[in-house]
Amino acid sequence: MSTEKGLNITLKVWRQKNAQAKGQLDTYEMKDVSPNNSFLEMLDILNDDLINQGDNPVAFDHDCREGICGACSLHINGEPHGPGRNVTTCQLHMREFQDGETIYIEPFRAKAFPVIKDLIVDRSALDRIQHAGGYISVNTSGNTQDANAIPIEKENADKAFDAATCIGCGACVAACKNASASLFVSAKVSQFALLPQGQVEAKDRVLNMVKQAEAEGFGPCSNTGACEIECPKGISIENIARMNREFLSASLTK
Amino acid sequence: MSNLNSKIPAGSLKDKWTDYKNNIRLVNPANKRNIDVIVVGTGLAGGSAAATLAELGYNVKAFCYQDSPRRAHSIAAQGGINAAKNYQGDGDSTYRLFYDTIKGGDYRSREANVYRLAEVSANIIDQCVAQGVPFARDYGGLLDNRSFGGVLVSRTFYAKGQTGQQLLLGAYSAMNRQIAKGKIEMFNRHEMLDVVIIDGKARGIIARNLVTGEIQRHSAHAVVIASGGYGNVFFLSTNAMGSNATAAWKIHKKGAYFANPCYTQIHPTCIPVHGTQQSKLTLMSESLRNDGRIWVPKKLEDAKAVREGKLRPVDIKEEDRDYYLERRYPSFGNLVPRDVASRAAKERCDAGFGIVNNDTKEGVFLDFASAIQRYGKEQAHIKGIHNPSKEEIIALGEKVIESKYGNLFDMYTQITAENPYKTPMKIYPAVHYTMGGTWVDYNLMTTVPGLYSIGESNFSDHGANRLGASALMQGLADGYFVLPYTIGDYLADDIRTGKIPTNTPEFEEAEKGVKDTIHKLVNNKGKHSVDYFHKKLGLIMWNKVGMARTPEGLKEAITEIAALREEFWKDVRVPGDADELNQELEKAGRVADFLELGELFARDALERNESCGGHFREDFRTEDGEAKRDDENYTYVAAWEYTGKPSEAILHKEDLVFENVELKTRSYK
Ligand SMILES: Cc1cc2nc3c(=O)[nH]c(=O)nc-3n(C[C@H](O)[C@H](O)[C@H](O)COP(=O)(O)OP(=O)(O)OC[C@H]3O[C@@H](n4cnc5c(N)ncnc54)[C@H](O)[C@@H]3O)c2cc1C
Ligand code: SF4
Ligand code: FES
Repeated sequence: MSTEKGLNITLKVWRQKNAQAKGQLDTYEMKDVSPNNSFLEMLDILNDDLINQGDNPVAFDHDCREGICGACSLHINGEPHGPGRNVTTCQLHMREFQDGETIYIEPFRAKAFPVIKDLIVDRSALDRIQHAGGYISVNTSGNTQDANAIPIEKENADKAFDAATCIGCGACVAACKNASASLFVSAKVSQFALLPQGQVEAKDRVLNMVKQAEAEGFGPCSNTGACEIECPKGISIENIARMNREFLSASLTK
Repeated sequence: MSNLNSKIPAGSLKDKWTDYKNNIRLVNPANKRNIDVIVVGTGLAGGSAAATLAELGYNVKAFCYQDSPRRAHSIAAQGGINAAKNYQGDGDSTYRLFYDTIKGGDYRSREANVYRLAEVSANIIDQCVAQGVPFARDYGGLLDNRSFGGVLVSRTFYAKGQTGQQLLLGAYSAMNRQIAKGKIEMFNRHEMLDVVIIDGKARGIIARNLVTGEIQRHSAHAVVIASGGYGNVFFLSTNAMGSNATAAWKIHKKGAYFANPCYTQIHPTCIPVHGTQQSKLTLMSESLRNDGRIWVPKKLEDAKAVREGKLRPVDIKEEDRDYYLERRYPSFGNLVPRDVASRAAKERCDAGFGIVNNDTKEGVFLDFASAIQRYGKEQAHIKGIHNPSKEEIIALGEKVIESKYGNLFDMYTQITAENPYKTPMKIYPAVHYTMGGTWVDYNLMTTVPGLYSIGESNFSDHGANRLGASALMQGLADGYFVLPYTIGDYLADDIRTGKIPTNTPEFEEAEKGVKDTIHKLVNNKGKHSVDYFHKKLGLIMWNKVGMARTPEGLKEAITEIAALREEFWKDVRVPGDADELNQELEKAGRVADFLELGELFARDALERNESCGGHFREDFRTEDGEAKRDDENYTYVAAWEYTGKPSEAILHKEDLVFENVELKTRSYK
């Protein structure tokens, strides 16, 4: 593997000094990039070069680099998290690209995700949606019943788990022409709606979380399904359907 | 003699915690409203502590360097969390979990702490289920378990390969509930850069807003550090890119003793290094060893041919394979503890049997073919397929493997472009976890009054080696069930103190120190980037303070690290300014601290003239290559006091007393 030929690529990278500044795409040439490098390792190399030349490195969010923390968030060649399905930016490898290719790298774009610097955006709106109801009101002091006291049907438990694997990256928002956060919100709503523990507050939860998403400036869902395609965790739009049902029944009875 | 008081309560092991809790001082709810607590870190430890303290009524300020508490590195834990529930009826109990942990830690941890951990473990699972954490279940709807290394029972609860994520999201949701109520004030993208001590007590921190660069003062009646481990001192590790020792190191420099820095866990099953531009290493969960068999070729020429790409592993005949763990440790086989498995891999690779074509030829196979066969046949039987074809068996078996480890297999394919269903995984040990950390007493308080350390950042429960699935357990035990009690005993004296002002000389001085360091870094204009130094440090650590240590190597490491540190301060280049988002500046501060910690780490390893758990000294081993402890002289916790330089740190010893277990040579044969 290590004998594979290096790639020469051209990068067009969004540079923006801070939230107030105007940004632009800058061009960088990269020579002999190993196809075994991850996409972010390629950016590390670019940054090392920039630093050595006395320039400012490109700022981008990342932390775990294994597809689970949800920090990385690059819009690559027009797609959140770039080409490839079910991967985050940090899991993308250079072998997905061709020698001689030009790669456009931009931040996730949405009204509710203002740019902080270069490729870093502010996604705290997603946290605020969770504050509005993304929890079960149980005290943490340990006076709970035995974990096996309520059996949960495996099928529902598995579905709840699948919904719960959302990493809060915001790719669904960036993929959506309305910048809707529906997939993200529905993942949390579904996780709890599918579990007996979540039933008590189900109505308030869905109403409050949806309301908060609107207040943050996320758009409405028009069912294009773009979010599901770009979601690195394969969160299904069935969850949006479930959320809509929950929302409707909650609106009727509350 | 030692001035360390571990404050272990009297009484029998079984009753200590209960009796202690019954007699501890409490703060009444009305008074809690007048008390502020700072929690640095929002991983399992910090997140659970912040939520619980807020729920009890304290005013909590929580900090993390990521843009959301949900991204703390606990999120990356894969395999599971232990609890002595005995749901499988396989003979598990609080005592057995306690005993396994003490033995797994190679008899270098405190009995009382470990027993308490085992005792509260069952409650953690109840708590998490109540919060809606979707653990794996069986078809009857009850919770499922798996086994981890170093034990003979199934006590590990899991959520596929995303257990840490699900547990952290549970703690995060509990935090969100308190954030919504205004009981937790959350500071995302903020980094703690120093602790403030007033009249000998921790009373606040200095933090940098990572977006604006603003340096801030925050006061509180107590400060809790939950900043995770320091594995990134090796540059390459399974930790997140931002994982760091800064909070733990800064408090060390202000008086908190640092314990057992040399106890590091090198995890046996990680994806091998691919090249010099690599930025981090990826773990393949230990749970894979439930079904994967580890081997290398028996013949040197086969190993060479595999490395050169001339021989496929699947073409190596059964009798030409060396399943070295099964050979050396028949009773535990592939499920020996991590330290043992890692050293065995190194031993084979040092002998020339490594199968990966990288600079060091380091790598071994983790093979699922037998498990696929076994499950395939089982499924065929269940489904009533008579005389299934070979292909049918494989397809059915692969399905089972996929349902258990699908996301891990996908992750492996992403990184290596190989298909582990069809060809064995290639793995090698990598730095993963640090058992060492801030010294704390039974209350989880450091040697500075009012300053606590919980989760991976403390040293408390795992001795010289941590068992798989026990870090998540410890983090949540500390945060949900231990600290919220013990901190009350301390804060009971503070009900009349009132708000701690920040316009005092102590805050002034701490802030000035932080600003001066930042100023120095951004104006240094040296020749090399921060990573240049970090990588160099990592190589010294890996080669001389890694899996096998010698006195000569350690002495060299100490000198080399000190020299590198000097070079760093002379020659580091940090572009950009102090008053903006500046990721190089963040890294520079962290690496500066690693460059001090690394030296103390090597000194600690040199001082400990024995092999135990994750600390393996070439000069202390048995004839068959196993670790050789020296219980007579080294049954103590090494707690280091900072006095100005790592080389001048003073060693304090906390003797470990074993009243309930007999110290034995650890054997997994
Ligand atoms: C890949 C991987 C897999 C693992 N799998 C398992 C497993 O299956 N089972 C198991 O039991 N254990 C596992 N572990 C170990 C376990 O995940 C960790 O030990 C544990 O999660 C640590 O939790 P913590 O709360 O102590 O720290 P972390 O989760 O690391 O959190 C640290 C927090 O501190 C904050 N922080 C750090 N420094 C500062 C600062 N200066 N200022 C402000 N904030 C700061 C960070 O922002 C973060 O919020 C695994 C570890 C890794 C790396
Ligand atoms: S639903 Fe998918 S794309 Fe949206 S935040 Fe969650 S993981 Fe990311
Ligand atoms: S860096 Fe954590 S998901 Fe990409």
